[in-house]
Amino acid sequence: MRAQFVLSEMWIGLRRNLTMTIAVIITVAISLALFGSGLLVQQQISHMRQFWDERVSVTVYMCTEVSPSEVCQENGPATKEDREAIQSDLESLDEVTGVEYVTAAEAWKEFQDRFSENRALTEAAQEGDIPDNFRVQLSDPNKFDAVVETVQGRPGVDSVHNDQQVLDQFFELLDGLKWAALVVSFVQLAAAALLIGNTIRLSAYSRRRETGIMRLVGASNFYIQLPFLLEGAISGLIGGVIASGFIVATRYVLLDRIQSWFAFDVSLGAGSLAYVIGLSMVLGILLCTISSFLTLRRYLRV
Amino acid sequence: MIHFDNVTKVYTTQKRPALDSVSIDVDKSEFVFLVGPSGSGKSTFLRLVLKEEKPTKGRVHVAGKDLARLSNWKVPHLRRRIGCVFQDFRLLPNKNVFENVAFALEVIGKPRRFIRKVVPEVVELVGLEGKADRMPEELSGGEQQRVAIARAFVNRPQILLADEPTGNIDPATSIGIMKVLDRINRTGTTVVMATHDAAIVDSMRKRVIELEEGVVVRDQTRGVYGQAY
Repeated sequence: MRAQFVLSEMWIGLRRNLTMTIAVIITVAISLALFGSGLLVQQQISHMRQFWDERVSVTVYMCTEVSPSEVCQENGPATKEDREAIQSDLESLDEVTGVEYVTAAEAWKEFQDRFSENRALTEAAQEGDIPDNFRVQLSDPNKFDAVVETVQGRPGVDSVHNDQQVLDQFFELLDGLKWAALVVSFVQLAAAALLIGNTIRLSAYSRRRETGIMRLVGASNFYIQLPFLLEGAISGLIGGVIASGFIVATRYVLLDRIQSWFAFDVSLGAGSLAYVIGLSMVLGILLCTISSFLTLRRYLRV
Repeated sequence: MIHFDNVTKVYTTQKRPALDSVSIDVDKSEFVFLVGPSGSGKSTFLRLVLKEEKPTKGRVHVAGKDLARLSNWKVPHLRRRIGCVFQDFRLLPNKNVFENVAFALEVIGKPRRFIRKVVPEVVELVGLEGKADRMPEELSGGEQQRVAIARAFVNRPQILLADEPTGNIDPATSIGIMKVLDRINRTGTTVVMATHDAAIVDSMRKRVIELEEGVVVRDQTRGVYGQAY
């Protein structure tokens, strides 16, 4: 195997079809960038899901004198007995890992702390707007049905609020983004595969003299095809490198914007980024090499 | 060395067989002329030897191998034992004489040291000493064909197939080409040459196989081209 020979043949092929090569690289880069971004959003979603699964809770609001709900109107504000019964019933549930009672005063203080910079909000609200409540931690955030069943409609319970439902809307948005990126990327990848096929076909045609002689003097099929396969692989690799740039940009420009909506760290680690880039590169190189190979089987008779 | 046993070849696009029940034996280090008009099956014969085509019926043995049993990935190894020369030379225009000959060895993965040693020997054998760095366009037709012969022979094949090697060359130069082929034949290489050139066939006095419409009509050990042409 003469590496130098194979590499120089590959280089000649790349240069001879420069415009086609550039078209391939751009298409591969865009499709991989979209693919990688889709994966990245996916990673972001699962990362945040995991983060919240540990924190999301169900809040059970207790009745006060001013609660408008029917249950509260009928039974009046929650009594100490209501409270204790609910607490013990909640604690007896398998899904519940912790129950915390927050008084209206504590809730008000927490509210003020959290929105200390937003004066309009803290001035509009007042102590007692947030009633006494239970914060219920769940082993699995999706198993809130049991909590709802246990307490909903009982005397002293105003309403049950599930954080998960709010988050789900947000995740749906991200999910939509992810699928949009992935679907477009697959269309682009198909276009890239066809372009590569065409490029390799041109390349095989312009080098038919050489390959004809190689065939006659008994060069192995692998040896004849290798420069073409490498030509495809290199296009894929360059496209992948450019796509990596886009993926890193997605991570730092787009996904980090999400950070500004949250008071805690939601950013993805370097590991996730490396995983996404690695996967995109492998996909790009494989796609290009395989479509080169399939084209060669049709146009390079051996 | 080459053994055709009742070989028939019908191309899918044609009704008449290109070769019709042809049985030919060519021994080691023989020199054989394959004559006959265009379309008589000469090229088909050569293509069958190279396993570029498969026979419709019959068996082809080359260098002791039954080609029907030779798997596709082994075909390159068969072709390394067969050198090929064509009417149109088929040189690479962007490579000089040395590089054109060396190309045949490079692509079968021979080491560079070996190439540097054997290529000049073969270039000298075909009578092109001192012209190793010329480009094909700087050479005459006869010289270009010598380069093609050098390329075909550089890997020391057991068989050399020549398809009208003098077809594009004037008669005086053709004699030189034939001398080169004869020299190669004397090294023990079997040479099969398809040709239209009556003068050459008559002057060489070698075995002549005449094909007509895919049938062997004559097989003479020290033959001439024949009166019909």
